[in-house]
Amino acid sequence: MTLTRRDFIAATLATAFALTLGARAAQAEPEAAKIGAKPMATAPASAGGDTMPITLNVNGAAHDLAIDPRATLLDALRERIGMTGSKKGCDHGQCGACTVLADGRRVLSCLSLAVAQQGKAITTIEGLAQGETLHPMQQAFLSHDGFQCGYCTPGQIMSAVGLLTEPVGPEDADVRENMSGNICRCGAYPNIVAAIQDVRKANTNAPV
Amino acid sequence: MHPFSYRQASDEQAAIGAVGQPGAMFLAGGTTLIDLMKLDVQTPSQLIDITPLPLTKITELPGGGVSIGAMVRNSDLAHSELIMTRYPVLSEALLSGASPQLRNMATTGGNLLQRTRCYYFRDVTTPCNKREPGSGCSAIDGYHRIHAVLGTSRHCIATHPSDMCVALTALDAVILARGAGGERRIPINDFYLVPGDHPERENVLAPGELITAVELPAMPFAARSHYRKVRDRASYAFALASAAVALDIQGGAIHDARVALGGVGTKPWRSHDAEKALIGKAPGPDAYRAAAEAALRGAKPHKDNAFKVELAKRTLVRTLTMTAQKTV
Ligand SMILES: Cc1cc2nc3c(=O)[nH]c(=O)nc-3n(C[C@H](O)[C@H](O)[C@H](O)COP(=O)(O)OP(=O)(O)OC[C@H]3O[C@@H](n4cnc5c(N)ncnc54)[C@H](O)[C@@H]3O)c2cc1C
Ligand code: SF4
Ligand code: FES
Ligand code: FES
Repeated sequence: MTLTRRDFIAATLATAFALTLGARAAQAEPEAAKIGAKPMATAPASAGGDTMPITLNVNGAAHDLAIDPRATLLDALRERIGMTGSKKGCDHGQCGACTVLADGRRVLSCLSLAVAQQGKAITTIEGLAQGETLHPMQQAFLSHDGFQCGYCTPGQIMSAVGLLTEPVGPEDADVRENMSGNICRCGAYPNIVAAIQDVRKANTNAPV
Repeated sequence: MHPFSYRQASDEQAAIGAVGQPGAMFLAGGTTLIDLMKLDVQTPSQLIDITPLPLTKITELPGGGVSIGAMVRNSDLAHSELIMTRYPVLSEALLSGASPQLRNMATTGGNLLQRTRCYYFRDVTTPCNKREPGSGCSAIDGYHRIHAVLGTSRHCIATHPSDMCVALTALDAVILARGAGGERRIPINDFYLVPGDHPERENVLAPGELITAVELPAMPFAARSHYRKVRDRASYAFALASAAVALDIQGGAIHDARVALGGVGTKPWRSHDAEKALIGKAPGPDAYRAAAEAALRGAKPHKDNAFKVELAKRTLVRTLTMTAQKTV
C-alpha cells in the first residue's frame, strides 16, 4: 500500500484532532489531571484554577485571553489562538519543534509560560510570509527539499531564522552545531543545512 | 501540573518578600523549573517571575574582575567580548551546554540552580532521596551510566549537570545572594553541598534568597583556559565527563593551574590535587597524566559508570594538552 502525501496529512490531522479531544476531556475533569497515577505532561489551557487576563502579541496582532497560569506559550498558540504551526514534539525542551521567536530571538514555547510573555513580540511560522511571498528561509527549505514528513519543519525554520541574527561561523559544521537543538526524525538534516547556507550566502551578498 | 498563582516581581525587594511565602519559587528562564513542574517533580503554589529584574549587565570590576548579573542570558554571557577574551573557558562551557534556544532563555542564576538529570529524580513513580528524603535511591542499584563517581554517598550518586558551573568553579567565582537580612558573598567552592545524608540539600542558599550576581575575580592567566566536554553525541547532550582548565605557563613551567571536572561529580568538581600535581612541572604528557590520576584518585565507580573514571582522566589530559597549546 502506498500512502500519498494527502492521505498522510489527513491522517496527521485526524491524530491532532484526537489529541485535541483528549485535552478537552481532561479539561472537563480537572481533578483527573491532579491525582492521576501518571502525571499529565501538560495542563490544558484552562484546567481548573483561576485564569488571568493577558494580551499576547503574536505576529503583530494582539490577542486578549483569559488564561490558566499553567498554560505554556505553545498551548496558548495552538489551542487558544488557533495557530497550530508550532508543533508539540517532546513538550520538555528536547526537540525544538516548538521554536518561536520572542523579540527576535529563538526560544522554546513549550517551556515558556504564556502569562510571562506579555509585552514581547512573538513570531511564529505563520508570521514569516509576507502575503503570498514566502520568507527566504521557507523558500529555501522548499527548494532544497529540507523536509520529509514536515513535523519538525516549522521549528527548524524558526530556529534557522533566529540563527541568521546570531554570531554563527560560516561553515556547514557551524550550522549543524547551531541547529542541534532541532531534532528531525526523518533525517532531513543535509538538505536543511543546504537551505540555511543558501539563505546565509544570499544575505552576505546582499547590499546592506 | 499543579495549580499555581503567578506574579511578576518589579524589584529585588519585592521579589525577596514574595518568595518568603510558603510554596513560592522564583521563575527565571524556566528551562529547569517548568520542565520539572510538568513532571510533578516540583510543585510550587506560587511563581515569582524575576525576569523583569534589571540584573542583566556584565560589568568590569575595578582590579580586572567581572560581575555578571543573575538575569544575564547564557547566550549573551557566552558571546560577551569580555568573557571570550578574559575567561574563554566560561564562554566555551556555556556554548557546549543545551541548545541555542535554551541558552537564549536560561539565566546565570537559574543555571547555578538547575537540578540533576538523574532519570529517577525526574520520575515521580520511583524512590529518590533527593526528591523525597528517606525514600531510597533508585540509581545505586539501578541503571546508573550517567551518574557520579566523585563526591557520592550511599544516599545519592546524582551528577550536577551544569557546564557553566564547572568553568565558574575553576575560576573561583563568587555568588552574591540577597535575602531579607541583606546581601552575602559565597565562594562557589562553598556553595554546593555533596549529598552525604541529605541529598535534598544541594547548596547553602537559604530559603527565599535571591541570587543577584556572580563575580569573577581577576585572573589574567585565565586568558589561557579551555573547556572540553565528552558526551554520547556530538552536540546537545549532557556531559559524561568534562574538564575546565586554566594554565599559567611561565619560562617552560606551569606556574599556576586551575582544574575542575564536570559530569563525574555530585557537584562541580574542583581538583586541588590535580592542580598541585601540575604546579612546578614542565607542561607535557607526564604532568597531565599525573594530574588526571590525582583528580580521580577518590573515584567510587558503580557497575554501569565505571568507564567514567578513565574517560574523565583522558578528558582532563586532552583538555590540559589543548590549553597549553593555546596561544594567548
Ligand atoms: C533539553 C535540555 C538540555 C540541556 N542541556 C544542558 C547542558 O548540556 N548543559 C547545561 O549546563 N545545562 C543544560 N540544560 C539546563 C539549562 O542550562 C538550565 O535549565 C538553565 O540554565 C536554567 O536556567 P533558567 O534561567 O531557565 O532557570 P529556571 O528554570 O527559571 O530556574 C531554575 C531554578 O533556579 C531558581 N532560580 C532561578 N533564578 C534564581 C535567582 N536569581 N535566585 C534564586 N533562585 C533562582 C528557580 O527558582 C529554580 O528553582 C539543559 C536543559 C534542557 C531542558
Ligand atoms: S542518584 Fe540521587 S537523584 Fe538519583 S535516584 Fe538516587 S537519590 Fe535520587
Ligand atoms: S516541544 Fe518544545 S522542545 Fe520539544
Ligand atoms: S521532516 Fe519529519 S521530523 Fe523532520
